[in-house]
Amino acid sequence: MKISKKSSAGSLESSDLMVYLEPMDTIKVEAVSSVSTSQHQKEIEALVKKELKKAGITGAYVKVQDNGALNLTIKARLKTAISRGIE
Amino acid sequence: MKNKLGVKLPDHIDGIGKILPYKGPFARVRGLKKEGLTTTGVKMRSSLPGKKKVFKDLKKVIELSGLKDGGTISFHHHLRNGDFLLMNVMKVLDEMGFKDLILSPSSLTSAHQGIVDYVRKGVVKRICTSGLRGELGKFISKGNMEIPVVIRSHGGRARAIKSGDVKIDVAFIGAPSSDREGNLNGVRGPSACGSLGYAMVDAEYADCVIAVTDHLVDYPNTPISIPQYQVDYIVLTDKLGNPDKIGSGSTRLTTNPVDHIIAEKAAKLIFNSGYFGNGMTFQTGAGGASLAVAKYVADIMEAKGVVGSYAIGGISSYIVDIYKRGLFKKMFDVQSFDKGVVSSLLNNEDHLEISADFYANPFNSGAIINNLDVVVLAAYEIDTDFNVNVLVDSHGYAQGASGGHSDTSAAAKLTVIVAPSFRARIPTLVDRVNTIITPGETVDILVTERGIAVNPKRKDLLENFKGKGLNIIDICDLKKKVDKITLKPRMVEFGDKICGLIEYRDGTIIDTIDQVIE
Repeated sequence: MKISKKSSAGSLESSDLMVYLEPMDTIKVEAVSSVSTSQHQKEIEALVKKELKKAGITGAYVKVQDNGALNLTIKARLKTAISRGIE
Repeated sequence: MKNKLGVKLPDHIDGIGKILPYKGPFARVRGLKKEGLTTTGVKMRSSLPGKKKVFKDLKKVIELSGLKDGGTISFHHHLRNGDFLLMNVMKVLDEMGFKDLILSPSSLTSAHQGIVDYVRKGVVKRICTSGLRGELGKFISKGNMEIPVVIRSHGGRARAIKSGDVKIDVAFIGAPSSDREGNLNGVRGPSACGSLGYAMVDAEYADCVIAVTDHLVDYPNTPISIPQYQVDYIVLTDKLGNPDKIGSGSTRLTTNPVDHIIAEKAAKLIFNSGYFGNGMTFQTGAGGASLAVAKYVADIMEAKGVVGSYAIGGISSYIVDIYKRGLFKKMFDVQSFDKGVVSSLLNNEDHLEISADFYANPFNSGAIINNLDVVVLAAYEIDTDFNVNVLVDSHGYAQGASGGHSDTSAAAKLTVIVAPSFRARIPTLVDRVNTIITPGETVDILVTERGIAVNPKRKDLLENFKGKGLNIIDICDLKKKVDKITLKPRMVEFGDKICGLIEYRDGTIIDTIDQVIE
């Protein structure tokens, strides 16, 4: 399954994140965080990739703007964005 | 050498002098008699009858003050983010060509970022303050000042001024109202800020006092917070500041549900602590969960028919409302936290203005906080030894203030820290706080939304809390619980340079502000 239209979920509040999805043939994930190190940004990217796999997504360009969200928040926002991005 | 908390310190720092290591909250207080310190050294001034004190030109008055390069100047921060005076005076001092000044205000706020430029230009050589914020805090934490900044608590600053550790050459006092002789108060005029508690100490011990006012009234101006015999000059200005920016919204009760959960738990603990009852004395911070604790404590007081003795500290309109409900008999006000407090201070005889000396100085014959039963305070970080940091943020930058935190926690019978267990995935509870402002031996309880930890040395409290349905757990277990949710915190890299010294209220050094390596 591939993302078929632009979608997003989340907010820019502290402890939350914005997830933006765009159609793409392969998987590409870019995370930036206002509160964490580059090490942690990589951890977010890995988490997103794992969750995409679980959801059966094989094509998506994912951008994450993190403001200190917990992992469960990241998963929840991503799940919503996916549901909005597939027909 | 190392101090009692294991912080490495040099014996001497150029530009500051001998370093006294922290030895415990009351070690120096107990031994003070042997030190034989005296309060002296204020220049005697005289004034002929009919002497003209009011001037329009600040430059002229600064010339008359005798301020020299390298001199110490002071300010007070009651107008907080709305203060115009400090930056206006700095501009004039720069134009006059002053160099190497020691800037020693009661605190610095976001209104004072521009000081960075005056440090770069060499106008300011040293800074002593309670707080640092914004660009200025970053600038200092990056190691841009040659001589470390000295951070003092409010009581500690009063002590330092009184003892001569800080010798103020010229005090600039923003006076919301003055008469032609210099009787000052903060409760009248367009820039009314309420209490002038911090400035009172400066007025008493500075060699020269310049009051700057935008509201000159007929003689005599009452009430008299700072009397004419301490004021040398009065300078007229267009606008002292913007009193709407004092509160910056901090005195509205929080709507954050986590804060309310914490506050409700804290109130329940206070109720069961053994200190709750008629005649209790109480202080709380003005922000977030701390102020919400006041709400829940007041509700329990009302329900149980309990009337307290006094509320103290920064007084906010919320505390005034609690007083109006008849729950406290008096309010002691060293700093009014919003514009709404001003009319209460002016019109209400139970609302009393006090100096920082009276409030919290450990080296006098009894500050008001010495009778404090319960204080509720916030924390950026707290560690498993209960040490608290309220100055350095998670990026390692100085972005907060010491304030009355260490003063009240040392003096109060019950010190309660309220804080969310993490903020934006950064844990509040750590192995060792970045910078110790308040030593753990003066902290009794930590309340978070995920559990309550009691300092193990307070066995009496643990006994009182038994069987009350309070979720009390060991602080190390609480930390483990939080760490599972937040994962690894960001590690900041620090260099060897000491950018600031955290002076404990008794004048000893408890910790340092270390240089952030980017």
